[in-house]
Amino acid sequence: MKTLADLKKIREKAQEEMKLRGSDARIKIVVGMGTSGIAMGAREVMRTFLEEIANRNLTDVIVTQTGEKGLSSLEPVVDLMEEGKETVTYGNMTPDKVKKVVVEHIVNGRIVSDYVVSTGN
Amino acid sequence: MSLKRIDLLICCGSSCISAGALKIKEAFHRAIEDKGLTHEINIIETGCMGPCDYGPVLVIYPEGIFYKHVAIEDVEEIVSEHFIKGRPVTRLMLQDEEKTIRMQKEVPFYQKQIKVALENCGYINPESMDEYIATGGYEALGMALTTMDPQDAINIVKASGLRGRGGGGFPTHIKWQMVHDRQEKEKYIICNGDEGDPGAFMDRSLLEGDPHRVLEGMMIAAYSIGASQGFFYIRAEYPLAIKRIRQAIEQARSIGLMGQNIFGTDFCFEAEVRTGAGAFVCGEEMALIHSIEGERGNPTPKPPYPAVQGLWGKPTVVNNVETFANIPSIFVKGADWFANMGTETSKGTKVFALTGDVRNTGLVEVPMGITLRELIFEVGGGIINDRKFKAVQLGGPSGGCLTAEHLDVGVDYESLKARGAMMGSGGVIVMDERKCMVNVAKFFIEFCVEESCGKCSPCRIGLKQMHHIMERITSGNGREGDIDELLRLGESVRNLSLCGLGQTAPNPVLSTIRYFRDEYETHIRDKSCHANVCLDLMHFQIDKDRCIGCSLCSRKCPATCISGSREEKYTIHQVECIKCGNCFDVCPVKAIEKIPGVPEEVAAHKARKAAQKSDDLF
Repeated sequence: MKTLADLKKIREKAQEEMKLRGSDARIKIVVGMGTSGIAMGAREVMRTFLEEIANRNLTDVIVTQTGEKGLSSLEPVVDLMEEGKETVTYGNMTPDKVKKVVVEHIVNGRIVSDYVVSTGN
Repeated sequence: MSLKRIDLLICCGSSCISAGALKIKEAFHRAIEDKGLTHEINIIETGCMGPCDYGPVLVIYPEGIFYKHVAIEDVEEIVSEHFIKGRPVTRLMLQDEEKTIRMQKEVPFYQKQIKVALENCGYINPESMDEYIATGGYEALGMALTTMDPQDAINIVKASGLRGRGGGGFPTHIKWQMVHDRQEKEKYIICNGDEGDPGAFMDRSLLEGDPHRVLEGMMIAAYSIGASQGFFYIRAEYPLAIKRIRQAIEQARSIGLMGQNIFGTDFCFEAEVRTGAGAFVCGEEMALIHSIEGERGNPTPKPPYPAVQGLWGKPTVVNNVETFANIPSIFVKGADWFANMGTETSKGTKVFALTGDVRNTGLVEVPMGITLRELIFEVGGGIINDRKFKAVQLGGPSGGCLTAEHLDVGVDYESLKARGAMMGSGGVIVMDERKCMVNVAKFFIEFCVEESCGKCSPCRIGLKQMHHIMERITSGNGREGDIDELLRLGESVRNLSLCGLGQTAPNPVLSTIRYFRDEYETHIRDKSCHANVCLDLMHFQIDKDRCIGCSLCSRKCPATCISGSREEKYTIHQVECIKCGNCFDVCPVKAIEKIPGVPEEVAAHKARKAAQKSDDLF
């Protein structure tokens, strides 16, 4: 390492590893991980989110989880929260649907209305 | 890039480690592996988070949830409830009156604090250089090396108003300037990590919790003064601090931040760790320098100052750990930002180790000028069991006691000094009404008697004599005139000693005489210790109205000096009593009381013995 630019490269890479601890995420994905959610495959859904986000190097997105939301028939349920926008809730998620949501909604900013259960807080 | 969704930060400061943090970490590793979550959760060992009283503590990101007093048995529940089902475990959160506090940032302990030196402590993994770099680490060094000449760097430190955090409060830039101006080619920079005050753990926490920050601060100093060799002097009792600094030096070397032509400039630097054997006097800079040279750690007269003739006779700067830890932030955020915090003469923040009878013991960093009341009652959460505040000892054995009337004094170098205390390195020992100030002063004098290197007589003999008088006063043999004698000796030791140890060692006695003279007087004249701490000046007595005659005290008394019966109740025979306190502890109805003063029969017995002794002499 010989210059400040080299240091910056190391820093940017390291910051990605630490982004869970930063609060400047653009989008927060909240996966419902209650008993029914897990039974319906919420774990695979969450894993797919993590993998897709990692593969695409999306540094401003964090994945977290919550408990039972009450929508058992629509599990796994995922909330997508974006700063300054209404929360979008997707239901009956599968790994394939996750991939589509990541591409369409998170990358291109277009809500995948087919999977939407509700919007708003 | 990682696939993780949870960062689990486990505080592994020494306090949490002794409370079992490492075992908890192991348990988390096992539990997370059992549940197949290894690739979803980061387990990160951090330095001291500060609230040692709540230890072991955890913080879980992204939410920033704070758990306290975590036990091995709780690990399973945290993993299955919080990590798998997303339901944080409320029972492990901090309760503030009726409210449950979920997030670390909401914990009242952190509210008044501003973290500069401790910025990353408890937030990053101290063994990972990448995490330090992610928080902006080594940017200040890069900036200084590539865009400033050494004089510019010194000017920034001058503008920031930074003063030495080791106790004396000497302006950092003056030391740097003096060495910078020397013509010698060979110069040295030393980090003073010889923290020895009873109750102080600021330096240890910084070295353990954010070693790269201290190293970076040292390297900027080295560049400013023209040194190419640095030494960390750390006492051998701090093995983890030593390990982490050594590791940090090697990590820095691995990416070219140590060695030749750092950042592609002419600046070359090597650092190494020298361990001290734990002598208090080696915190004094001349003694420290001699210890590094391989000589006996004794102070030598100044001048010549280390800036002129320091290590191996070469110009040397010795700075405290915390001083170095402030440097990177000053360069990144600017001297004005730093100078805006604090008071007119004391800029920035100060790290304190808060200990004693205060609710939230731990490591805190507050802006200079904060009042003692805010520090003890807001950050510290007040006195345990709502007892009355009596005094606070600032600056360890070199410092002094302040009382309730000083609670609104701002904490800065000048105001503390004017009142007979000192900033010192930052140990704050809070004392409640149960403490005997004479006994406290005796403890500190005893410490200094043991730690005196013995080189100069005022310190070696004077302190010994002071201790002798203190011993006499607390054992009930105090004489009229003892207080004046202590003052006279204290002044002499202060004025005639060679180094800082002797010059400040009488402070605890002088300041307690200044503020608690009446306690000394009751000890000497009334032979009475109102706090019931000095055993020769108090006694135990059984309250017959409350005594139920159970005989437990009598059976537990090792001196068999309690007699009585169920009907007559029990009585302590004062002359034989050895004040072990067993009866006080075992009495089921709390009928045994501690009473200040010497009972009449004991006084009479003593007088008889003294008379007999003088008869025998003739």
